Amino acid sequence: MEENLLKTCLYDKHVALGALMSPFGGFIMPIQYTNITDEHNAVRHKAGMFDVSHMGEIFVSGPDAAKFVNHVFSNNIAGMEDGKILYGMMLNEKGGTVDDLLVYKEFEPDHYLLVVNASNIAKDYAWLCAQTEGYDVKVVNESDTWGQIALQGPEAERYAVETLGLAPAADLGFYTYYEAEYKGTRMIVSRTGYTGEDGFEIYATHEAINEMWNVLLAAGVVPCGLGCRDTLRFEAGLPLYGHELDDDITPLEAGLGMFAKVKDKEEFIGRDALVAQKEAGLTRKSVGIELQDKAIPRAGYPVEVDGVQVGVVTTGYRSISTDRSVCVAMVDKAYTELGTKVEIRIRKKVFPGIVTKRRFYETNYKK
Amino acid sequence: MAKTVEGLYYSESHEWVKVEGNVAIVGITDFAQHAMGDLSYVDMPEVDDELEAGEEFGAVESVKAASDLYSPVSGTVVEINEELEDAPELLNQDAFANWIMKVEMSDPSELEALMDAAAYEEMCANE
Repeated sequence: MEENLLKTCLYDKHVALGALMSPFGGFIMPIQYTNITDEHNAVRHKAGMFDVSHMGEIFVSGPDAAKFVNHVFSNNIAGMEDGKILYGMMLNEKGGTVDDLLVYKEFEPDHYLLVVNASNIAKDYAWLCAQTEGYDVKVVNESDTWGQIALQGPEAERYAVETLGLAPAADLGFYTYYEAEYKGTRMIVSRTGYTGEDGFEIYATHEAINEMWNVLLAAGVVPCGLGCRDTLRFEAGLPLYGHELDDDITPLEAGLGMFAKVKDKEEFIGRDALVAQKEAGLTRKSVGIELQDKAIPRAGYPVEVDGVQVGVVTTGYRSISTDRSVCVAMVDKAYTELGTKVEIRIRKKVFPGIVTKRRFYETNYKK
Repeated sequence: MAKTVEGLYYSESHEWVKVEGNVAIVGITDFAQHAMGDLSYVDMPEVDDELEAGEEFGAVESVKAASDLYSPVSGTVVEINEELEDAPELLNQDAFANWIMKVEMSDPSELEALMDAAAYEEMCANE
């Protein structure tokens, strides 16, 4: 299967740095360069950079673009100003999640950029194209031509401004972006990320991304793999598609109802299913669980009460930032109140745990 | 380069055994701790647990993964290394100086099925 894996534009850089490479979302990606703990801490306390060129960029434009995006997107883009970004989901008719994504309102009327998960690019593009009937829109998948670096951590702004010369980055608010040219080619810089820290995501051509990677590396920014990207996003309470979200999990079940605007929007795909689910009441919900013990809950482990399975762990770690054994789990609604006592089966033993919030680390976003 | 120690027995699942009388002292090899990376937890058996050779008796865990441990011999757990509960990193520092459990063997002839240091090194070289 290995030969079918895609390489990002920074693949040679990862190999040269001696990264441990592993398949992720159809790509061969760096998991770690040194070790996950050091890379995690670099992002929490200084600055780290991730190759996220595997992410998908799908552009939607045309006279009906706003109407179309609001039809497929769970969040509300009505009145969205140029340069703003919204997080939300594309849902299927059953309210299940096709993907979670960012929508960028571009600086041209009727132009939107959708940034989607690598593993879902083909599915999302096909899904979007299948919904265009009756809408005067153009949907273009440019995922192959864009590279992307996520520069994250409390020192990210300094490196963006001083090392990369991206002065306007300093003035960006959280979830906004600006566009510029980098040596004559189009570049997008947004104040977004997937770590719980301040930082930027920079989209540019493969050549430009390679140049920026070199400059940041020489300046001392720590290259970080997908291993710590997962520990960081997990601590910050951010979902990962395929774990906390999938085609059968609704945003309400995932605890992400605030990104599905059932009240503000009269219509979007999946809305009816969410309304019905709200009326009927949820049967399960995503929660945090903290163990007293040092044992580590991992994805797939059963959550039990009195020896009966009531849920399953979707992501779990010995949290690097808090040194606690914590997880996110999808649990029967009856056991989702904060403070509920549950047990997690880890191999042959069960360990007592307490239901908590899903965020285990206080995030440090710029306002 | 992972090291080995002469005079120990080695299993295919990367445990080592040191024999003292009828007791097997069991740990994980240097090769195993290298492959796992920084360890954050050791899941230990309990004293008096009855184990069959090849049976899972616990696990070592790094940030990214859990790796099951398999008992190289049959017998009864008579002691566990409680130091590892608070300091799993000892296995990274010296995998051979830090044992995990001691087993009173019920069938010492099972040791013959294990490898010596040279055979184990050869197996690791081919992994």
